[in-house]
Amino acid sequence: MGLARRIIPCLDVDNGRVVKGVNFVDIRDAGDPVEIARRYNEAGADEITFLDITASHEARETTVHTVEAIAREVFIPLTVGGGIRSLADIRTMLNAGADKVSINTAAIREPQLVADASARFGAQCIVVAIDAKRVQDRDGAPRWEIFTHGGRRPTGIDALAWARRMAELGAGEILLTSMDRDGTRDGFDLALTRAVSDAVPVPVIASGGVGNLEHLAEGVLEGGADAVLAASIFHFGEYSIAEAKAHMAGRGIEVRL
Amino acid sequence: MSASMGGAAGGSVAVIDYGMGNLHSVASALEHAGAESVQVSCDPAVLRAADRVVFPGVGAIRDCMAEIRRLGCDELLQTALTTQHKPVLAICVGMQALLERSEENGGVPCLGLLGGEVRFLGADLRGDDGERLKVPHMGWNEVRQRRPHPLWEGIADGTRFYFVHSYYVHAADRDLVAGSVDYGVSIDAALARDNLFAVQFHPEKSHTAGLRLLRNFLAWDGSC
Repeated sequence: MGLARRIIPCLDVDNGRVVKGVNFVDIRDAGDPVEIARRYNEAGADEITFLDITASHEARETTVHTVEAIAREVFIPLTVGGGIRSLADIRTMLNAGADKVSINTAAIREPQLVADASARFGAQCIVVAIDAKRVQDRDGAPRWEIFTHGGRRPTGIDALAWARRMAELGAGEILLTSMDRDGTRDGFDLALTRAVSDAVPVPVIASGGVGNLEHLAEGVLEGGADAVLAASIFHFGEYSIAEAKAHMAGRGIEVRL
Repeated sequence: MSASMGGAAGGSVAVIDYGMGNLHSVASALEHAGAESVQVSCDPAVLRAADRVVFPGVGAIRDCMAEIRRLGCDELLQTALTTQHKPVLAICVGMQALLERSEENGGVPCLGLLGGEVRFLGADLRGDDGERLKVPHMGWNEVRQRRPHPLWEGIADGTRFYFVHSYYVHAADRDLVAGSVDYGVSIDAALARDNLFAVQFHPEKSHTAGLRLLRNFLAWDGSC
């Protein structure tokens, strides 16, 4: 008996279309975020994360309509991230039907935004996304630093200290992505996941690198993650949400079946 | 709505809007569960005319209480509950607002419609095995049904619902506890008294089980 660890499929959406598409059996439109969200909802996903990678500000209207359409028929929590820069952006997404918003670069530029957003809308809907990369300390010990711009630009900020600060300012959850592992299918950076999970009192979502179901289990068992996020292993139909949950349950992890 | 779970039921539902966040999820879920009409409003005329009332809430309790009082939602709720005897469903911070006081924001007096208080889950919350538990309590947890109730109809004991909260309700009258959940402490997940049912979890975000609970609410005559 207890709180279930969550499995969260993530959709990258550009101008209202899911990037690269999703390979489900019988799907009518592999690029339609609404249909894909509906399918994940039916398949037993615990939440859905929707990452807006739309470049132009004008096209953001499309994103709002997509979020509205998803929220009308998907009755599990929906997180929206990407391009959230202000309290007004947050309000727009929450009003459109997002349950949580994920703040990344804007938190680095203006940490006070996290505090203000948490005070205004409640910590429960403020997720801070952290993109971290392993670097060598002068004495050779590993540590992790925050990177922006898809892992290209270093900030000099220590990931653990940053995670703690974000939680103190009012983040209700941390979405932690290893930029070393993202896209590799080699599994989460478990040392990073464990370090951040131990460092903060709020839940941590592990992200970046999932290539098989055991990686999901490791994220919880070794990384201490409260939730695991993955994209490609689900989108390309390699594994279903049900298979992922069955595997995790088989490893003794509490899941919602 | 084409994908509704059955025929229209439950007459009209008013979702009390005191301006503290998105209530469309609640409204959409009620429509999906088969409500004939759903209005998100704090207009006294709308609330008086509705067949049943939903009292939701998200965010911090101090701001919620201030807006509830400023807009007169406390009186509207009281009228629906005790004068009109309508079925009322309170959700999350809406549930917490019913108690006497909350520890949140340094201590906030609440509506006092139910005896008891709202407490912080704690900075060092531990599970049975000593494992540290994260706060907010966020995700799907098992609700133990403490007594039969029309709103539990068709929902198995121990079914998981979606929770997201850092403060929890402890009712003074333990006979009111219709459901509980363990997370370091025993949390009152559902309270029931006469025509009032209050839940800490989010039925509108709890997929099949949540929609079933909403459907049960729409079919409920307010007795138990």
